[in-house]
Amino acid sequence: MKHTDHDRQDGGPRLHGDGLTLGYDERQVAQDLSVAIPDGSFTVVVGPNACGKSTLLRALARMLKPSAGQVVLDGRQITELPSKEVARRLGLLPQSSIAPDAITVADLVARGRYPHQGLLRQWSREDERAVAAAMEATSVTDLASRAVDELSGGQRQRVWLAMVLAQETSIVLLDEPTTFLDIAHQIEVLDLCADLHRDQGRTMVAVLHDLNHACRYATHLVAMRGGEVVAEGDPAQIVDAELVERVFGLRCRVIPDPETGTPLVVPAARRRVAAEPLPVAAPGVA
Amino acid sequence: MRPDGLGRTVRLPGGISFRVEPRAIGVAGVLVGLLLVLLVLAVGTGEYSIPPGDVVATLLGGGDAGTQFVVETLRLPRAITAILVGAALGAAGAIFQSITRNPLGSPDVIGFTAGASAGALTVIVLFGGGAAAVAGGALGGGVVTAVLVYLLAFRGGEGVQGYRLVLVGIGLSFVLFAVRDYLLTHAKLEQATVANVWITGSLNGRGWEHVVPVGLALALLLPLAALMSRELRMMEMGDDAAVALGVPVARARGGLLAIGVALTAVATASAGPVLFVALAAPQIGRRLTRATGPGVGSAALTGAVLLIGGDFAAQRVFADSQLPVGVVTGVAGGAYLIWLLYHEWRDGRA
Repeated sequence: MKHTDHDRQDGGPRLHGDGLTLGYDERQVAQDLSVAIPDGSFTVVVGPNACGKSTLLRALARMLKPSAGQVVLDGRQITELPSKEVARRLGLLPQSSIAPDAITVADLVARGRYPHQGLLRQWSREDERAVAAAMEATSVTDLASRAVDELSGGQRQRVWLAMVLAQETSIVLLDEPTTFLDIAHQIEVLDLCADLHRDQGRTMVAVLHDLNHACRYATHLVAMRGGEVVAEGDPAQIVDAELVERVFGLRCRVIPDPETGTPLVVPAARRRVAAEPLPVAAPGVA
Repeated sequence: MRPDGLGRTVRLPGGISFRVEPRAIGVAGVLVGLLLVLLVLAVGTGEYSIPPGDVVATLLGGGDAGTQFVVETLRLPRAITAILVGAALGAAGAIFQSITRNPLGSPDVIGFTAGASAGALTVIVLFGGGAAAVAGGALGGGVVTAVLVYLLAFRGGEGVQGYRLVLVGIGLSFVLFAVRDYLLTHAKLEQATVANVWITGSLNGRGWEHVVPVGLALALLLPLAALMSRELRMMEMGDDAAVALGVPVARARGGLLAIGVALTAVATASAGPVLFVALAAPQIGRRLTRATGPGVGSAALTGAVLLIGGDFAAQRVFADSQLPVGVVTGVAGGAYLIWLLYHEWRDGRA
């Protein structure tokens, strides 16, 4: 894994967004939003639906042009860098991608090499090595010549992840990588991301729905609500009942995860609400 | 070390390297062979029949003066026009289908063909122009329609989405068919005869003057299309995935649409709006090669085979009626479309 491809100009983090105003057409999602991704972190962005977390990720990945503010990668505005150049430093697993008809696993993973290829240099030994390594890391080597559309949801997500890994970027953004997966496959994908973070030293940034998954895997948590960052930092230090209520509007208890010791959010039961005196008009229901 | 399922690798000195699919190469060889056979057959048969051996001899510079005249002046330009127009339509279809990520996304369906018809008829009926003016009208109509469809399908922030392009194109096509049919009711008989070519597409009476423009255009546009098919391949996975891999999607799509429209435009100016070749050729080519990706090359070869084969059938099977090739491709293409939709529905993809 090469990490020499960036021309740092400041001592700050490689990827940050400053004073971002984000939105689609007329609908504004966030205003004056600033966020920095610590180098080498596994950053997870959480928040209720429509809080702007995916929008923020899309802006960081230059999928969405901010109407004000800027995203900075390695000291330069990301839109000023050539697109292929960015793609050699920063990879993205989009929320949904389309697997072309009847494409094989190896062929799809190989497409991750596009930013490293040229008109004449379409398939170097380096490409071959990167694809093999990416498939190895995601345990899809045995599926190499299978058609992607025959695979299970969990396998397919591993293949897409392999494609992003083959891109060999030191920063990897993941937009809700566990959506549509059952719990076993969710954990499988997240464990894989944690391994990639720890073993390969990549900076990972993921948007997740499940707060408990976020607390377990993140080294840096960003909690958003209504287009603003409410809190950020080590989940063990920032996640408590008060924060969850503030961000999600959910009453809960936060206890240590018996497996990892990270914060575990247990939503409050509605028992107390149900125990309130029932209206006289509904006798016998209680 | 080397993963399975990647075809073969070719490495040349100087760091030049690429992957090839042996099956795709084989299919291309077979299609080229088929094209040559059809060319010899198309040139050899007619009111004055020439044995294949003599056709080949004449094409290679031999043969007597009479045979030379029939082959080189009467029949060869028509056959070559068929091949070139078919190749242009096939390549254009592959580009449009890939951009729209929809097997229905061909110039027929997204309104170009209807625009060309309406444009040609406008010139014929309202201005009574000559052949060049009519071809110009067809081009203008097609290009204006393509731009209109693009603008109507455009939405700020996300640009042009494939399915919207198809839906807007279908809507606009029907409006333009109505315009065309209205103009036709006002046409005099001889105008209606000329107009007919611009409704179904035909290769009747094509000469070298038809070969040259489409040949030059293809020599420029096909390499460009091949060059950009690397970007197109990435765009098939969705705009987000393509941008993430470093493809400047908006610019690439604009360029590819321009190439597709230009290919369709020269094809239409040469032979009128020949239906369904652009729709069917990429799909057939893809099924033959079993390759993924846009398949511009296989689509161009398949389109060429379809059109010269269709024209051969139109001339020989219905020898006494001067049946336009567009009727043959229309019937064959319609049947093919039903088959395609049936399979897509059965597999639950459409």
